Amino acid sequence: MFELLGIPPQVLFGQLLLGLINGSFYAVLSLGLAVIFGLLNIINFTHGAQYMLGAFGAWMLLNYLGVGYWWAVFIVPPIVGVTGIVLERVLIRRLYHLDHLYGLLLTFGLALIIVGFFRQFFGVSGLPYPPPPLLTGGHNLGFMYLPNSRAWVIVASLIVCLATWFIIEKTRLGAYLRAATENPVMVGAFGINVPLLVTLTYGFGVALAGFAGVLAAPIYAVNPNMGADLIIVVFAVVVIGGMGSILGSILTGFGLGLIEGLTRVFYPEGSAVVIFVIMALVLLVKPAGLFGRSV
Amino acid sequence: MKKMGFILASLTSLLMAGAAYATDVKIGVLNDRSGIYADIAGEGSVIAAQMAAEDFKAADKGINVSIVSADHQNKPDVGSNIARQWYDTENVDVIADVPTSSVALAVNEITKEKNKIFLASGPASSDLTGKACSPNTVHWTYDTWALANGTGSAMVAQGGDSWFFVTADYAFGHALERDTSAVVEASGGKVLGAVRHPFPGQDFSSFLLQAQGSGAKVVGLANAGGDTINAVKQASEFGITQGGQALAALLMFINDVHALGLDVAQGLVLTGAFYWDKNDQTREFSARFQERNAGQKPSMIEAGVYASVLHYLKAVEAVGDKDAAKVMAKMKEMPTDDPLFGKGTIRADGRKLHEMYLFRVKKPDQSKGPWDYFETVATIPADKAFRPLADGGCPLVK
Repeated sequence: MFELLGIPPQVLFGQLLLGLINGSFYAVLSLGLAVIFGLLNIINFTHGAQYMLGAFGAWMLLNYLGVGYWWAVFIVPPIVGVTGIVLERVLIRRLYHLDHLYGLLLTFGLALIIVGFFRQFFGVSGLPYPPPPLLTGGHNLGFMYLPNSRAWVIVASLIVCLATWFIIEKTRLGAYLRAATENPVMVGAFGINVPLLVTLTYGFGVALAGFAGVLAAPIYAVNPNMGADLIIVVFAVVVIGGMGSILGSILTGFGLGLIEGLTRVFYPEGSAVVIFVIMALVLLVKPAGLFGRSV
Repeated sequence: MKKMGFILASLTSLLMAGAAYATDVKIGVLNDRSGIYADIAGEGSVIAAQMAAEDFKAADKGINVSIVSADHQNKPDVGSNIARQWYDTENVDVIADVPTSSVALAVNEITKEKNKIFLASGPASSDLTGKACSPNTVHWTYDTWALANGTGSAMVAQGGDSWFFVTADYAFGHALERDTSAVVEASGGKVLGAVRHPFPGQDFSSFLLQAQGSGAKVVGLANAGGDTINAVKQASEFGITQGGQALAALLMFINDVHALGLDVAQGLVLTGAFYWDKNDQTREFSARFQERNAGQKPSMIEAGVYASVLHYLKAVEAVGDKDAAKVMAKMKEMPTDDPLFGKGTIRADGRKLHEMYLFRVKKPDQSKGPWDYFETVATIPADKAFRPLADGGCPLVK
């Protein structure tokens, strides 16, 4: 069989598939950010903390209430979403009329507080979250061993991403949302409750982060810093995709996961920076991002 | 009420009188307060240093100990700045702990330059007593050579004679990979390859897949803390051990096992310098420590901070002065004796010698509850546990 730069194809396919799986996390998280930025103009730096809340939510349900993973997938995201709604109602909405920078500072501060709070109570080593029986084990695909837990991540995130894209781009509700972004006063005049719409949108974006957190719980260590490490990468993904572009964030999320996976084969030491190199290049050539509309 | 006031006043004057003759010692505990090593050497190390000062009854012996602490964020530049500031403007005499070898190597240099004392408990790189050795540094708890020697030779002895490393891409990981490779090759095994992962890492699947593809009998994890936790968790997900490969966590702490849970961690073999459940003295200390450290038992690094600060204070008392050269000479001359590591010595190159242990992580049904995690497989005597003095290449011993 063919060999590419000395890398056997089995290894290559394996790494590509893994890249796609990591890309699913990027996609779900950057999608949430894009929805929030696109419709609220808030750069939500709390997103990483909210992802962490999702994982901790799943852990708490299991350990305090004995509620398993499959329930957590449905219960935790709305709960995390509600915490987001509270934040939006109490704090964030006061900043809509100000520059982006204020929202960024507020959400960044909130993230530090939330993470610090969890660190105080749970330490940094993390907590064990055993995967449910259905997700243990895996299948041998010939070129690699694919754990069921990872296969599920890719399926679940694809479904969620496509559903979100469909709701925002193809339904009446989505049309209201998009209209409210363009001209909130006009949409309000048609009798639509714009502030409520905005609050719910923020809650939905946050729930997406919580959902990614639940997906991550059986795979990564559940610890307070888990979001902080990821969020910077996810922001790079959003910038590359074009701030606020729904489809852009999904495609770049998966695409950059692939590129990162390839880097891990050819030059593992560079896998932590490759996304930022791409970000710099994209910003030089297309400042609005690959899928962004220039303003 | 009046009586109370009188007692207080006399106490104060007593303290002030004491202070006039006392030696003031300032200890700076420098470590990771918020990142992936914060549970194995963060606030716990500060508590350990405080407990050492209290247990030594320093104040009664005319030594006023004050302890400061800071977060080096695992970054050599941040750590260097803090160390310089402490030495130059805040009169810090001793820096203790400093996990993360890259930071420790920087602090090692600065301490030598400023002629102060560095009690290294957290870092692993054996270079601290090798080519980077310093007359001002004591490397207390463990090092990469000791880890490699313990776990590496045990795995080869069990038939694990081909290795693939998953290595944290900085000074510590490189040193651990290098030292373990040497042990594996010396025992007749061979190293099939290695992959360097960014530090800190989150997703190890790609690297584990490469390890799986290498066909090596042993996958050696040359990383620590949160990286090891994630790697072990994902190795179990990818069925590394079910596939017939053995996993060697070359540096693992009890806190990591606590975070992983015994289901995932059971059977792992690891090398350590300290286990809380070793004898009555360690249990007594650990119970007091646990009360003050949010329910966590001490890691070997925290134990090392306690023991090294205790030994330092003994030396200061014996010298009656805190002059770095005199105190270092005394620390090396005086045998060490503390409740956690027992009796030991400090070698000319700064290496503290004590027994090391080969532990195996218990199965869930063997464990009586939280923190009951290790069974001792072998005890490595002090003279075998660390790199021979002549092999380190330390300029001080030539």
